[in-house]
Amino acid sequence: MTALLSLRDVVVEFPALRGLKALLAPPEKRRVRALDGISLDVLAGETLAVVGESGSGKTTLARAINGLVPLAGGQVSFDGMALDESPDWHAVRRRVAMMFQDPVGSLSPRKTVRDLVLEPFAIHGIRLQNRRDKAVELLADAGLGPDFLHRYPHQLSGGQARRVGVARALALTPALVLADEPTAGLDVSVQGEILNLMNRIKAEHGLTTLIITHNLNILRHIADRIAVMYLGRIVEIGPVERLLSDPAHPYTRALMAANPEPDPTARRERIVLKGETPALNARPPGCEFHPRCPVARPDCASRAPVLEPATTGGRVACHYPLTKETLSA
Amino acid sequence: MSEALKVEDLSVHYDTREGALQALRDVSITVPEGGIVGVVGESGCGKSTLINALLQLLPENATIPAGRITLQGEDVTRAGTRRLRQMRGQEISVVFQDPMTSLNPVLSIGRQMRDIQYRQQGSRAAKDSRSAAMLGRVGIPDPVGKLAAYPHELSGGMRQRVAIAMAALMRPRVLIADEPTTALDATLEVQIIELLKELQQEIGCAILFISHHLGVIAELCDRVVVMYAGVAVEEGPVADVFLRPGHPYTIKLIECDPGKLKEKVTDLPSIPGSLPDLTDPPAGCIFRPRCDRATEICATPPPRKGLNGAHWAACHHAKVDKA
Amino acid sequence: MSAFRHTLMGRLLADPLAVFAMAIIALLVVSALLADVIAPHDPSAMNLADRFASPSATYWMGTDNLGRDTFSRLLQGGRIALYVALTAVSIAGLIGLILGMLAGFGPRWLDNALLFFFDTLRAYPTIILALALAALMPRGLGTVIIVVVITSFAEYGRVVRTQTLSLKNAEFILAERAMGASFARIVFHHILPNVLGPFFILAAMNLPVVITIEAGMSFLGIGVPPGTPSWGATLKDGFDYIRTTPWILLSGGLPLILATLGFTFLGEALRDQLDPRLRKTR
Repeated sequence: MTALLSLRDVVVEFPALRGLKALLAPPEKRRVRALDGISLDVLAGETLAVVGESGSGKTTLARAINGLVPLAGGQVSFDGMALDESPDWHAVRRRVAMMFQDPVGSLSPRKTVRDLVLEPFAIHGIRLQNRRDKAVELLADAGLGPDFLHRYPHQLSGGQARRVGVARALALTPALVLADEPTAGLDVSVQGEILNLMNRIKAEHGLTTLIITHNLNILRHIADRIAVMYLGRIVEIGPVERLLSDPAHPYTRALMAANPEPDPTARRERIVLKGETPALNARPPGCEFHPRCPVARPDCASRAPVLEPATTGGRVACHYPLTKETLSA
Repeated sequence: MSEALKVEDLSVHYDTREGALQALRDVSITVPEGGIVGVVGESGCGKSTLINALLQLLPENATIPAGRITLQGEDVTRAGTRRLRQMRGQEISVVFQDPMTSLNPVLSIGRQMRDIQYRQQGSRAAKDSRSAAMLGRVGIPDPVGKLAAYPHELSGGMRQRVAIAMAALMRPRVLIADEPTTALDATLEVQIIELLKELQQEIGCAILFISHHLGVIAELCDRVVVMYAGVAVEEGPVADVFLRPGHPYTIKLIECDPGKLKEKVTDLPSIPGSLPDLTDPPAGCIFRPRCDRATEICATPPPRKGLNGAHWAACHHAKVDKA
Repeated sequence: MSAFRHTLMGRLLADPLAVFAMAIIALLVVSALLADVIAPHDPSAMNLADRFASPSATYWMGTDNLGRDTFSRLLQGGRIALYVALTAVSIAGLIGLILGMLAGFGPRWLDNALLFFFDTLRAYPTIILALALAALMPRGLGTVIIVVVITSFAEYGRVVRTQTLSLKNAEFILAERAMGASFARIVFHHILPNVLGPFFILAAMNLPVVITIEAGMSFLGIGVPPGTPSWGATLKDGFDYIRTTPWILLSGGLPLILATLGFTFLGEALRDQLDPRLRKTR
């Protein structure tokens, strides 16, 4: 399989200070790195899930791919085409659809559902034989009846709004879908419906998807591979079952364990991580995870690990990756 | 065991253009002294109405047609404004979902914590040291220095710790936690749960923990009340409710949690349909329109069927637990 | 859009304050449009025999110092007042709307530049600016409109800019950008409908202010040419003869009070109905 999307050493920076303070500060303090050297490939037809906590840069990653935030370094290429030096974003965005976190908030509040699902055609100047039929067809594909055509976003429940979001992401039959937290703001009883819908559509249209999520429970059911991010870097990437059963990076393991389960008998041992994710302008030296790492050794504070193949499969950025033995110990 | 907080057959209606919206119907919840009771439900189940009713902070268009709320034997629905102000923050306090909006952005942490102690005798220094001790207790590094900090200078996790410190400062008898971990990352969520458990042990307060997250409830609570569309549909010890749920809604809700499924499935479970219109709720069982077990009898109000000891479900078809 | 208007009108009609406001405005508009038909006398016809006549069956609101019928003059003056107010508010509003959206959604430097421009204009006292402009320009309605436009568009610009800024990073705007929507499409299709609410409220509340400015300028003698029937001119005449014949002033003030009440109440009702925070939620 070939990579539909590939990122090489992608860097995104944000201004850390504004105005006079920025002029007076040393250059390296004026900006913070939200993404620091991300390299990954998304293969045609696969679903890659990017997981991480707030501040990990996962949302920035999705936005960097379709040009909503500018790159400070590195390269993104989509379908063999390099997306740098002012590419034709209008054309790219026709083939790369994006879904945003807030199901209702990502819909223009004064437009009807009909206008919202037809919006992609209007933006790209595509004439339709019968606009109403097309809208009904797109909604039906997302599991909504024609009675929704004249509703406004605030009249929709989270799940219904998410379906409208799916319908319009698929309107122009894109090659790649970037879904930022597709289950955010949805009740548990609705999550399943939406994920089933996305899985079905993905299979029917042969879509490639990049899903950004912090919801670890859904990973197994939607993703082929997982990339775990911490402070704007990938710390581990690999096949979903492998990461869930044998995480090699201590952070991945803590993340997977920090997930309370609705089973009162399963009060298992877990690593409760110390402290919180550091701020982007206060990155620890060496391995950036070492101050919180339960298995850190002295040299972790001085040497920065790089992403290397792990013995359990996939790649991991850790000097002392966990193995099956250390996991059971 | 005596009750710290008791809600008896509470109904709350909102006046709307479409008529009376029945946000809560005959809800009863008992929180024993020193106990942790969870309320679990999805959006629209009436969680926020319940909290506002407990604090007597309901909006103007709300009415309480029936029911009683007693805090340590005192009926709060009959308490005067002055008495209510005394109770809030001192005898009953709340930790909200978003500490960024529940803390005052223009006052320092120390000032806000001093303000909570306004009824207390003692010097400013004594109050500050008490605040600092509590901040230290909830795991905030450099607690004395943090008294001068403003909410925006802290991270989300630290802000929630401050909010918990403020809620616990006056050693309330009842602490209401309204989705206190929902805005936090998973690794912080477990830290906060641990903290609440420890504090509850130390202060000996009762906690009413409200969440949509089944896992968190299972982890923290002794008893759980399951709410759907303004109605308590099931209640019991956490282990009984989660392992042997009696109400079809509870059963479905637990099935829906994808964390339960250890193998990849192509068809994730969900509950089809949507919430009923609460200005015109269906007769009989509130869950009937979405329930696959519904029969004719479900058009009549369901009884609270005792399943096993203190475990009941409001369903005609619930089976008595033999285990 | 038709459904939206329908519901807005429906909501307004359910609000007694709005109905009262719309009734007053309708009365003013109809009487201005039909001034020639309704007016019992020629507003410019002088009848020196009936100077300073008290209100009577012939002269409903009495006559002024030249024996002209005050009621007929006020009807004609209503045309001028509404014409000036509606024209000036529309022009100022349109300029403010466009500049405000540009400032809010455009690049940062443009925002800073436009903001500086707005604040400079707003820092000038209206009356001083009006006097200065009036001194430079010929006397007439055109001058009144220009003065009002210059002194008020910055206010619209400010309000629209703030609204736009709060929408700029909203997810639905990001979603539009991610779909490839152009700058113009985002501004006119997605930002405009959302800033119109607060904008209309401000405009409705500003209409009576503009009518007062026109009256004030005419009162100061820098508004409409002498002899033209205008609410301000009637007030000025009334003021001159307040000791002998107070009813000129009293009746001259009546339509101004009605217009101010009508438009202010309409503005308040619009604000209540358009502001999602004031609208009923569950």
